[in-house]
Amino acid sequence: MNFNDTPDEAKFRTEARAFLEANAKRRTPGSAPSRNVDRDDEVIKTAKAWQAKKLASGFAAITWPKEIGGRGGTPIQQIIYAQEEAQFVTPPGVFDIGLGMCIPTLVKHGSSEHAARFVKPALKGDEIWCQLFSEPVAGSDVAGIRTRAKRDGDNWVVNGQKVWTTGAHFCDFGLLLVRTDPDVSKHKGLTMFFVDMKSKGVEARPIKQVSGGAEFNEVFFTDVVIPDSQRLGKVGDGWTVALTTLMNERLAVGIATGILGVDDFLTLARSSDIDGEPAIRNGAIRDRLAQFFVEAEGLKYTRYRMWTALSRGETPGPQSSINKVVSGRMMQDLGSLAMEVMGEASLMTGEGPGGGAFQRQWLGAAGFRIAGGTDEILRNIIAERVLGLPSDVRVDKDTTFAELEAKRSKR
Amino acid sequence: MEFDFSEDQKLLKEQVARFLREKSPLTVTRRVLESAETHAAEVWSGLADLGALGVAVPEAYGGMGLGALELCVIAEEVGRSCAPVPFQSSVCLATDALVQFGSEAQKARWLPELIAGKIIGTVAVAEAGKSSPSQLATTFAADKLTGTKLPVIDGEAAGLAIVLAGGAGGATMALVELGDSGVTRRRVETLDPTRKQAEIVFKGAAAEPLGERGGGARQLQTLHERAAVLGAFEQIGGAEASLYMARDFALERYAFGRQIGSYQAIKHKLADAYIKIELARSNAYYGAMMLSSGGADLPLAAAAARVAATDAYEYASKENIQTHGGIGFTWAADPHMHYRRSRLLALSLGGATLWRNRLVTALEKRNAV
Ligand SMILES: Cc1cc2nc3c(=O)[nH]c(=O)nc-3n(C[C@H](O)[C@H](O)[C@H](O)COP(=O)(O)OP(=O)(O)OC[C@H]3O[C@@H](n4cnc5c(N)ncnc54)[C@H](O)[C@@H]3O)c2cc1C
Repeated sequence: MNFNDTPDEAKFRTEARAFLEANAKRRTPGSAPSRNVDRDDEVIKTAKAWQAKKLASGFAAITWPKEIGGRGGTPIQQIIYAQEEAQFVTPPGVFDIGLGMCIPTLVKHGSSEHAARFVKPALKGDEIWCQLFSEPVAGSDVAGIRTRAKRDGDNWVVNGQKVWTTGAHFCDFGLLLVRTDPDVSKHKGLTMFFVDMKSKGVEARPIKQVSGGAEFNEVFFTDVVIPDSQRLGKVGDGWTVALTTLMNERLAVGIATGILGVDDFLTLARSSDIDGEPAIRNGAIRDRLAQFFVEAEGLKYTRYRMWTALSRGETPGPQSSINKVVSGRMMQDLGSLAMEVMGEASLMTGEGPGGGAFQRQWLGAAGFRIAGGTDEILRNIIAERVLGLPSDVRVDKDTTFAELEAKRSKR
Repeated sequence: MEFDFSEDQKLLKEQVARFLREKSPLTVTRRVLESAETHAAEVWSGLADLGALGVAVPEAYGGMGLGALELCVIAEEVGRSCAPVPFQSSVCLATDALVQFGSEAQKARWLPELIAGKIIGTVAVAEAGKSSPSQLATTFAADKLTGTKLPVIDGEAAGLAIVLAGGAGGATMALVELGDSGVTRRRVETLDPTRKQAEIVFKGAAAEPLGERGGGARQLQTLHERAAVLGAFEQIGGAEASLYMARDFALERYAFGRQIGSYQAIKHKLADAYIKIELARSNAYYGAMMLSSGGADLPLAAAAARVAATDAYEYASKENIQTHGGIGFTWAADPHMHYRRSRLLALSLGGATLWRNRLVTALEKRNAV
């Protein structure tokens, strides 16, 4: 048992570190992480420049095949790069959804022409993608969406509304799940397209979030014409295509990097007082701190177990599914305890102690627990896929979508 | 990155698991629960035959000369089967204490017999309500031991005890044969009768120091840190057994026309048990790595493994009873054997509150300002 790199891994790490040293600034320990930053024009410009640099040096799409512009590397190399990058100040990811979810879906279910046209610009950061799945009427149960596409010769005409679409206001393309046949059961009548966000009839309106920013949007589709050549997978096969995206989503979203953790909390508890005593001497604080430590370390070493499997060329076990459930709640609870330690002053965000980093994390965590599969949905997945328990009763299984809608309107 | 057990270690694990599945099913645990037997002697001697009692002991003393990692995988299987044997007391505590602190003569005298399962060892610290070294009233002077230890886990089955005695110069570990004159024992009723416990009264019993005189408190802390990692694996094994017992029942039992396992109150509870177990396992792996490599991070890693594993076993075993409903509360059903064992393992090296405090102390040390 050891954490050592194999010689090949060590060589790659040296390369990655050299690239980062030459092109980015090292993060000072304890400095506020860059995660919860609004993506304004300036941020997007820097992010694009950084992405282009990464691509030029072979660090943009490490695991993707060379034929489509990747490095042809291994998952473990991807992880090593991420570990190293986390120690540097880099722009917040505006490409995570596109490169982590949309493009892999496009490559898997689209044609070779699609890949030839779209992969490179996405990798280079020239084109940004978003995921247009959730709707006001359906999120967890995303197969229940309403947005309708009707065939018109070689085109489709789309009407409806998406919501919570991260980055839609600055994205160039979107992966769009729509209903093409309401007269079959809800999973069967779906089809996947991609859409140019500048098409006539697409309107993205940013929605202000609890965290203050407006990163996600409602997106309206009014008679939007999409050529059939932008369909991914067969008509009616949209659910299968969506599963590819969702699977990639769980891999991408599960890892909360650059967040404040136990060490940051310890530093805080040492320098703060509770009732005239150092907070770190307070038994209740120590108890909670120990619990956070066990969870944070547990997640860290769960990742190491996963990486070991990858390093051996094996498929990781199901244990990685616990990541997002544990880290979301932990970010939230650690944030609120940190504020308790800082006292009333921590109600101030800007000029509050620590520059408001724990506060921002606490606010953001509320969304993290929902985005990309809620805590409850993830527990269901663990219970069903890992423990083999039965799926929930589905009362809508043998009903067509149209009948469901009729019932819904009567309520 | 090689953060996993080796193929050989996994083979050993499977070998021990197979033996325990055959020879120590819960019917055997129940037999000891319901009888005057101190432990299942045939399981103990079978484990000795497999070499399981001395995997980490040098070959010179009859052991297998392997390491702590091998002991970890065995501990997990002992925990999974809830075997009624003094594994923690004899192997993880007494034998390890001899290996760590014993003189050449002491090792040569006792290790071969312990490994062969001919004699059982235990460590005796608690004196009714008191168990921190500075509070102990038992005295050890002029090679004579006097005092009362209560309760001593596996104290009735044991032939050899390592007794922590107090004293002005600091606590000392004393090695004492329990068959000798000056030692009397009485069985006490406890929460987990599958590991019988005793009160042991020493009246000028012959004893010799183990390790440094006055160094007993420090030695005990080291010993407990090491045993905490092994104990975590035992707890994880038990927790997994409880989880899968609950899962199997949830698939079989129907209520309101559905398998109870299709209700989210049950599904999410069991998912939470799974999460706790995986967190514990990952912490325990790091503890194992520190234990086997003599890493400086052992105090912190051991505390984290113990805190996480205690939580996992407690949660899984109590929710196993809950998932079973009324039948789960009967003596005749199996879940309570793990419920009992989870408490024994949670308290045998000190409870989770104590270890959480130790964890933070170790963390403060690591992140010294
Ligand atoms: C910050 C953020 C960014 C997002 N970005 C995107 C994006 O880019 N693209 C996109 O398509 N979507 C995005 N989403 C949407 C996200 O995927 C959904 O919000 C999420 O899947 C939940 O769906 P919902 O909001 O409709 O809530 P609902 O599904 O209505 O859930 C409401 C509550 O009911 C619970 N619930 C629902 N079903 C069950 C069940 N079967 N069992 C138990 N409990 C249940 C949920 O856990 C939740 O607590 C984003 C969301 C957030 C918060």
